Amino acid sequence: MARLIRMDTTGHTNLAEWTAGDAAAEELAVAEFRRQLDAGYYAVVSEGEGRARQVAELPLDAELVILRRPIAGG
Amino acid sequence: MSAAPALPETAAVHWRPRADARRLRARGRTWTLTTVAHTVPFIATACWLFSLEPLSFPVGLAALAHAWMIPELYARRGSNVVRPRPRAEAGPERVALGLLGDLVGHEARALHARTGLVPERGTLGVWLVGEAGALLVAPGGRRVFCWCVQVPEPGLPSADRIAHLLLALRADEAGFATVANLAFSGAPWRLRRRIPARARPALDAGIRLARVSSPAV
Repeated sequence: MARLIRMDTTGHTNLAEWTAGDAAAEELAVAEFRRQLDAGYYAVVSEGEGRARQVAELPLDAELVILRRPIAGG
Repeated sequence: MSAAPALPETAAVHWRPRADARRLRARGRTWTLTTVAHTVPFIATACWLFSLEPLSFPVGLAALAHAWMIPELYARRGSNVVRPRPRAEAGPERVALGLLGDLVGHEARALHARTGLVPERGTLGVWLVGEAGALLVAPGGRRVFCWCVQVPEPGLPSADRIAHLLLALRADEAGFATVANLAFSGAPWRLRRRIPARARPALDAGIRLARVSSPAV
């Protein structure tokens, strides 16, 4: 089961879950993904230790997609 | 780390040249030269006064104290990037810690539990990621950079703040070093005595890892 999560004040929130081939769940996940990007979040796919990939489209084959807030120099 | 496209946050600092090993070396040298330029006049003044009139030694001592304090103040500013911030409630902290634990290996998890910093090897050196910034131990372990960078979002649990920085770092290391503000660059020993005691083993581990890397930055 793949997941779309958002890091927030609760620790993280599970926004969507989908399995390959479940078109309805995938569609909901894509819609939620776009909503979060419009709200200013960035999406990252962790690709194991030391590697991560910033994505602009929901990679439906990913196990876990994490939404993060922008960072800034302090 | 993946050679991903630029971190989107770099657009907010478009005037900065993108960080790379050569630029980091230059910034480190410039930082050292600036510190020398700030301290040498005080030392020279103290020597000059003493040679003119030995009884002026109290003024000379004050000048020497200034020469000593300036690098210490820089190091103190650098150490602020790894100072712990106020904690969120226990529940969110626990959830966030679980996610962070999934992103890193066993050794990094253990070091984070002991020190509050997550080690991460990169192409620019060994990073130690905290809640409000990161230390970068250059290859060779003889210089450390303190980067002030954070998520400007109140109320996030500590582990989530680290996870934000870690994911951004992994996505684009050079972009991360471009977005972050340099707070200090210098010898690790100068920083070590200024950072919280809890964080020192992380710096020591970072230096050890950086010593097996090459070449020196």
